[in-house]
Amino acid sequence: MMNTAEHLVVIGNGMAGCRAVEELIARDPHRYRVTIFGAEPHVNYNRIMLSPVLAGEKTFDEIVINDAAWYATNAIELVSSDPVQAIDRAAKTVTARSGRTVSYDKLLIATGSDPFIIPVPGKDLPGVISFRDMADVDHMLAAAGAGGDAVVIGGGLLGLEAAHGLTLRGMKVTVIHLMPTLMERQLDEAAGWLLKSALEARGQTILTEAHTAAIVGDGKVEGVQLKDGTVIPASLVVMAVGIRPSVALARDAGLEIGRGIKVDDHMVTSDPSILAVGECVEHDGNVYGLVAPLWDMCRALADGLVEKHSGYRGSVTSTKLKVAGLDVFSAGDFSGGDGAEDIVLRDASRGVYKRVVVRGDKVVGAVLYGDTADGGWYFDLLKREEDVSAIRDMLIFGQAFASGGGVADPKAAVAALSDNAEICGCNGVTKGKVVACIGAGNTTLDAVRATCKASASCGSCTGLVETLLAVTLGDDYSGERTVKTMCKCTSFGHDDVRREIVAQDMRSIPEVMQKLTWSTPDGCSSCRPALNYYLLCALPGEYKDDQQSRFVNERLHANIQKDGTYSVVPRMWGGLTSPKELRAIADVVEKFDAPMVKVTGGQRLDIFGIRKEDLPAVWADLNAAGMVSGHAYGKSLRTVKTCVGSEWCRFGTQDSTGLGVKVERMTWGSWMPHKFKIAVSGCPRNCAEATIKDFGVVCVDSGYELHVGGNGGIKVRATDFLCKVATEEEAMHYCAAFIQLYREEARYLERTAPWIERIGVDYIRERIAEDAEGRDALAARFRYSQTFSQDDPWAARAAGDAREQHAPMAVFTPLDAAREMA
Amino acid sequence: MTGEWLDIGWVDEIPVRGSRTVQVTGGDDIAVFRTGDGKVFALLDRCPHKHGRLSQGIVHGGAVACPLHNWRISLTTGEALGEDKGCTPVVPVKVSAGRVLICRTSVLKAAA
Ligand code: SRM
Ligand SMILES: Cc1cc2nc3c(=O)[nH]c(=O)nc-3n(C[C@H](O)[C@H](O)[C@H](O)COP(=O)(O)OP(=O)(O)OC[C@H]3O[C@@H](n4cnc5c(N)ncnc54)[C@H](O)[C@@H]3O)c2cc1C
Ligand code: SF4
Ligand code: FES
Repeated sequence: MMNTAEHLVVIGNGMAGCRAVEELIARDPHRYRVTIFGAEPHVNYNRIMLSPVLAGEKTFDEIVINDAAWYATNAIELVSSDPVQAIDRAAKTVTARSGRTVSYDKLLIATGSDPFIIPVPGKDLPGVISFRDMADVDHMLAAAGAGGDAVVIGGGLLGLEAAHGLTLRGMKVTVIHLMPTLMERQLDEAAGWLLKSALEARGQTILTEAHTAAIVGDGKVEGVQLKDGTVIPASLVVMAVGIRPSVALARDAGLEIGRGIKVDDHMVTSDPSILAVGECVEHDGNVYGLVAPLWDMCRALADGLVEKHSGYRGSVTSTKLKVAGLDVFSAGDFSGGDGAEDIVLRDASRGVYKRVVVRGDKVVGAVLYGDTADGGWYFDLLKREEDVSAIRDMLIFGQAFASGGGVADPKAAVAALSDNAEICGCNGVTKGKVVACIGAGNTTLDAVRATCKASASCGSCTGLVETLLAVTLGDDYSGERTVKTMCKCTSFGHDDVRREIVAQDMRSIPEVMQKLTWSTPDGCSSCRPALNYYLLCALPGEYKDDQQSRFVNERLHANIQKDGTYSVVPRMWGGLTSPKELRAIADVVEKFDAPMVKVTGGQRLDIFGIRKEDLPAVWADLNAAGMVSGHAYGKSLRTVKTCVGSEWCRFGTQDSTGLGVKVERMTWGSWMPHKFKIAVSGCPRNCAEATIKDFGVVCVDSGYELHVGGNGGIKVRATDFLCKVATEEEAMHYCAAFIQLYREEARYLERTAPWIERIGVDYIRERIAEDAEGRDALAARFRYSQTFSQDDPWAARAAGDAREQHAPMAVFTPLDAAREMA
Repeated sequence: MTGEWLDIGWVDEIPVRGSRTVQVTGGDDIAVFRTGDGKVFALLDRCPHKHGRLSQGIVHGGAVACPLHNWRISLTTGEALGEDKGCTPVVPVKVSAGRVLICRTSVLKAAA
C-alpha cells in the first residue's frame, strides 16, 4: 500500500533527531512518513553513555536507545553510513554522499556538533582523535590495547571522562588544560582543586595553565609539545577542547545562521519547511551542549508539527561528571557578585564541598563536590525560582534536613541528636562527650577544642559545636570566641591555620580553604595574602607564589601612590651609595620626568611619580648601574640603617657600616609577616636609632649588643635587650635565627613589637639566646629559604617577566571609537 | 570590531582573580576583571572613594578590594559593599569565542 502521508526527512540519526521522531510518533503515528539519514553506521544510541563504554562499564548494545525493530515497527527508513551532502530548497530534495536523492515535505536538521580541533601543527597526524562518536571510542580502545601513554587536551567534562576511561584501560594519561581550574565553566576554584587532587590520586597527571604548541611525530603521533618546550610522549592524543554546532549543510543551503542554525520557538528555521533541533541550533541567542535542552526542544518541535504549538522557551542546565566514585555537580550561575550570597559547607574529612548561591530569596546556582545527593533538589529549586527564605539557614544541609518537618530550627535539630551521635569525625567525639565537656565548665569554643578536641582538627563541625554550646548553656553562652578569627571567611585564628598548614602538609590556598572549611569560595583580601605568606614560609622553594593574592605593591614591586603612579626605591646597602648610583638615579629622574626625588627616612632615595608602563624601563636602567629592588613596598626586609662607625667616627667601637651592609646582604629579599627594619649603630650614642628597629645592633668595645622588637611608627616602642655577643658572625647568626622565629611564628601583619608584647621577650630569649641547637636550626632554615628569595624581582621584570602587568590590554582613542560608531 | 562592541583581546590575557586595563585616551581607564570562576566584568578604573585604581586591587568572589583604602566594590553593580557608600560605573562586557568585547558607547562615555 502506498503511503500518502507527508514525507519528513531527518538529517542526523543522533539523540535529538530520533527523539524528535519519537515525540512525533507519540502524538500522531500516521501524520508523517519518516526517513532518517545518519552519517554513522549505527542505530540510534545514547551518546552520553560513550564514556561508560570507554570505561568498560557498559557495552555498545546496552546504550542503544532505538534498535532496528523500532525503525521497522514505525516504518521509518534508516539510511545509515550515508551523510547528506546537499539540500536543494527550491526542489525540496536532499542528496546524500552515495548520490541518493529524496524529496521532502518537511526537513529536520539534527546534525549535532563538530568537535573543535585546535589549529596546531601536527593536528592531522594519525593517532590524534576527538571524542564524539562510537568510532572515536573504538579508536581509543584499539590504542589502549597497544598500551602506552595518552594525552588528553582539554580538562572539561568530555576530556576528563576520556582520561578516566583511558586510565581504566591501562594507559598512562596526562591531561593538558589551558585554564587554572578543571571544568572551569562548571566548577569554582575550590571544587576544581578537589577534583584535580582526586584525579591525581588515581594516577593521572593534570597540567593546568598549560598551552599546547604542537603535536609532534613522524608519520604518527609521538607526543605533545607545550609552549614552554616540554614534550609529553603519547601514542594517542584526544582533543576535547570544545564543540561547534554543525552548520555547514544549513549554511550552504542559505539558511540563517548565527552561532548555530537560527530557529524560532517551534524549532522552525528561516525556511518554513525546514526545522532544526539539537546542538546544531541557536535559539534566542543560546546554543546548548547538553541533552536536557534537547528534550524540551523536541517536545516543542513535535507540538508544532501537529499544530498544537507549545513553544520552546530556553533551558537552564546542570552538569554531572560521569566518573565513577567522583561526585561532581554544578548548575546555574555561581559567579557571585551583585547581592548574591554564598552558602558554603565543607567537610574535609569526607572530602565534601558544597556551595549554594542565593540571590534575593532564590537559589541561582550550586556547585557540589563529593556529595551530590542534593543536586537535583537544588536544581529544582533553581528552575522553579522557589522562595527559599524560610529554609535559608538549613538549605546547605540538603533536602532531608531543610524540609524535614519538625526540625525547622537548626538548634532543635541538634538538640534532637542522640548522645551517641558523632559530632567531630576527625577526633571521634560524640555529642554526649561535647555536652559533658561544656558542663564541666568549658563554655567557649576554644575551651571545648582544647579539652575534648571536638572541632580542633578540620573544624568542619565548628557550627555543630557552637550550636551545642548555645543549646547547653542557653543564655549563658556569649558566643564570643577568645581567639580572634583570621577574617570572616573562617572560624580559625591565625595560629590554628599556621599550625594545621604544617601539620597536614598543605600545599596550596584552595587546599587550606577546603581542609579548614572556609565559608567563602575563594577567600577575601585579608586571608588570601596571609595564606599565601604562610605557605611560602612553610614550603620554601616548593610553593608557587600566588600573585593574585598579593597586595598591588608586592605584585608590581613599587609603591602605589594616591594618583595611581608608583614610587621606586632602589636598595642602597647600609645607606652607602656611590657616584655611579647617584648618576643612574639622576638620569632616571630626568629621563622619565619624575616629579620628585627624596631622601627617605630609611637612608636611601625614593623616585616618585613613575607610570606603571614605565616601571620595567626604570628598573632596567637602575639594574644596569648595579642596583636592585629596595622592597620599600613589601612585607619583607626594608632597610638596614647604619652610622659611620669606627671607620671614621671618633667614638666608633666597631665597623657598624660594614656589618650593616653584610646584614642587609644576608637578609634582603626575604618575605615576612610584616615589614622588618634593622639598624647597626657604632656606639651607644646610637645614631642609627637601632633601639627602635625590629632588630638592632649597638656596638660596644667588647662586642655587639643585640636588641629586638623596637618600632618607631604609630606606637613607639623601644627594643628589648636580647643578649650580647662577641663577634660579627654571631651577631649575624642571631639575627638570622630571630628573623626565622618571627617568620614562622608571628601572625600575618603583626610587626615584631606587638608580637613580642604578645608572647613575651623571655620566650624569645629562651629560643634565641639560650637554646644553641634551636638557634642553629632556625638560622639554617632562614638561610635555606633565602636561597630561593634572593633574586632581584626588578631584573626579572625588566627582562620581560609579567610584561602584561605593566601594559594595558588595549588602547582606544575617542576618535577611533567615534569612527567605529559611524 | 563591529557593531556595538569593541574587541579588546583574548580572555586568557586577563589573569584569573586579576585584572587588566583598557586605556581610553583623554578619559578614565577601564578595568577588566576575571574572577575565580572565570567570569569577566568591567568597571571604570576609578574607586568611588578617592579614585583608587580598582584594576590594581585584590579580586575575591565577585568583588575587588581597592588598593588605596581597601573598600570592597561589587564587580557586577560597581556598588561599594559593606558599610561604605558609593558607586563606580559598570561597563557592559561579554566574552564571545574567547574574545573579550566591551560596550562601545561606554568607551565613548569614558572618554567624554
Ligand atoms: C618613603 C618613606 C617616607 C620618607 O619619605 O622618608 C615612607 C613612606 C611610607 N611609609 Fe613609612 N616610610 C618611610 C620610613 C618610615 C619610618 C622610618 C624608618 O624606617 O626608619 C617609619 C618608622 C619606623 C618603623 O617602621 O618602625 C615608618 C613607619 C611607617 C608605618 C608605621 C609602622 C608601624 O609599625 O607602626 C606605616 C604604616 C604601615 O606600615 O602599616 C608606614 C607606611 C608607609 C607607606 C608605605 C604608606 C603607604 O602604605 O602607602 C608610605 C609609602 C610611600 C611610598 O609610596 O614610597 N610607615 N616609615 C620612608 C621609606 C623608608 C625606606 O627607605 O624604605
Ligand atoms: C562522550 C560524551 C559524553 C557526554 N556526556 C553528556 C552528559 O553526561 N550529559 C549531557 O547532558 N550531555 C552529554 N553529552 C552531550 C550529548 O551527547 C549531546 O548534547 C547530544 O548527543 C546532542 O544531540 P544531537 O542530536 O544534537 O547531536 P548528536 O547526538 O551528535 O547527533 C547528531 C548526529 O548527526 C549525524 N550527522 C551529522 N551530520 C550529518 C549529515 N550531514 N548527514 C547525516 N548525519 C549527520 C552525526 O553523525 C550524529 O550521529 C556527551 C557527549 C559526548 C560525546
Ligand atoms: S608619615 Fe604618613 S604621610 Fe608620611 S609617608 Fe608615612 S604614611 Fe605617608
Ligand atoms: S580610593 Fe578606593 S578605597 Fe579609597
